[in-house]
Amino acid sequence: MSDKDQQLRVSKIQNGTVIDHIAGGQALNVLAILGIDGTSGDSVSVAMNMPSDRLGHKDVVKVEGRELSQDEVDVLSLIAPAATINIIRDYDVVEKGRVERPSVVEGVLECPNHNCITTENEPVDSRFAVGDDGVRCEYCDTIIRDDLPAHILAE
Amino acid sequence: MRHDHIISAKQLSRGDIETVLDHAADIAADPGAFADRHSDTLLGLLFFEPSTRTKMSFTTAMKRLGGDIVDMGSVESSSVKKGESLADTVRVVEGYTDALVLRHPMEGSAKMASEFVDVPLVNAGDGAGQHPTQTLLDLYTIRENAGFDDLTIGIMGDLKYGRTVHSLAHALTTVDASQHFISPESLQLPRSVRYDLHEAGAGIREHTELDEILPELDVLYVTRIQAERFPDESEYREVAGQYQIDADTLAAAKDDLTVMHPLPRVDEIAHDVDETTHAQYFQQAHNGVPVRMALLDLMLGGDQ
Repeated sequence: MSDKDQQLRVSKIQNGTVIDHIAGGQALNVLAILGIDGTSGDSVSVAMNMPSDRLGHKDVVKVEGRELSQDEVDVLSLIAPAATINIIRDYDVVEKGRVERPSVVEGVLECPNHNCITTENEPVDSRFAVGDDGVRCEYCDTIIRDDLPAHILAE
Repeated sequence: MRHDHIISAKQLSRGDIETVLDHAADIAADPGAFADRHSDTLLGLLFFEPSTRTKMSFTTAMKRLGGDIVDMGSVESSSVKKGESLADTVRVVEGYTDALVLRHPMEGSAKMASEFVDVPLVNAGDGAGQHPTQTLLDLYTIRENAGFDDLTIGIMGDLKYGRTVHSLAHALTTVDASQHFISPESLQLPRSVRYDLHEAGAGIREHTELDEILPELDVLYVTRIQAERFPDESEYREVAGQYQIDADTLAAAKDDLTVMHPLPRVDEIAHDVDETTHAQYFQQAHNGVPVRMALLDLMLGGDQ
């Protein structure tokens, strides 16, 4: 199958953001982290498990009509560290970037400790410090090392 | 020392600890000299869990400094029963008082509460998290009895859920103590505490039996193993029985071993230990007053 055939699977977008090189199978988690659930009416295209030289298999997400900020995309580094971000205006890539590991993520992950105050009905978002090999709840100190996608907060 | 809130032993440097302990020693030597220190101060007590020692010693400490306390009372008789959030409760009560003391059953509660108030807040125990003022009085007791130089300490019992253990273990890294942890495998230190101790450069030595390390210890810190941590009563009895000490057990210890316990004890230290020179747990509890007086005095500006 040629590159051209693959391109046709997901059409080009006019304006918005293309998130490429997402680890295969993580596209829906990427959408969940970004809070994109289709209710805003924007076109969202998802391609999963596409062949990739670099990753073996990769997912691609295209969000029409929305330019994601660096802060918004940096949280993706938790589950898609190799992701690349392309900002599209009038079909052209005007900005290209990578996700960078933030020092803290807020309101993205749910603390797995059911006795953590952030799991209660309190006016506070979860907050995790991001380390080299995991994340750590800034309230109860619980460390998450594996399977971060399982801890993504439901919107 | 300048901390707005006392949330975790992790925020206390060696210098902070020595400052509080030195001040506590001054107060213990001449408590009368501090009697009118804070005569206009009201301390708010918010205890969402039962407490005897911590609550009474904070009350005593504030009154011995000339101030007074206002007490939320039990959860059953408060607005919490109506579903009020902790964030709201502390924001209301801070308007009544000059400082707050909070005990709450959930981890992270004190840190969260501190983000909503401007008055100083002291964590008096947050679930299985931290209990920094207990740590300060533990350290005071250790310094008085064994000193911090070349200290070898054994901490035994429920290391997984025991918040006094989590606070103390971290603080002991600041004095470079050699720490031994003695517990059943199911109640070993949680991952987050291990991580912190490792980061602080402390070597963790873990044991399942006291015998192998007892003769080396300067201090043995015993904690209670609670029945609710086990699936059934018989398993609890079997496990807990292995972590009880009596006067005979201590025959193998150094003559000047100091035995401590945050109290309340059930049967993990037999009453015949009380009569030995090793027993310091009642003095340890008494030390809660001068240490909390010192902490409150420093927090409320007594060092100026």
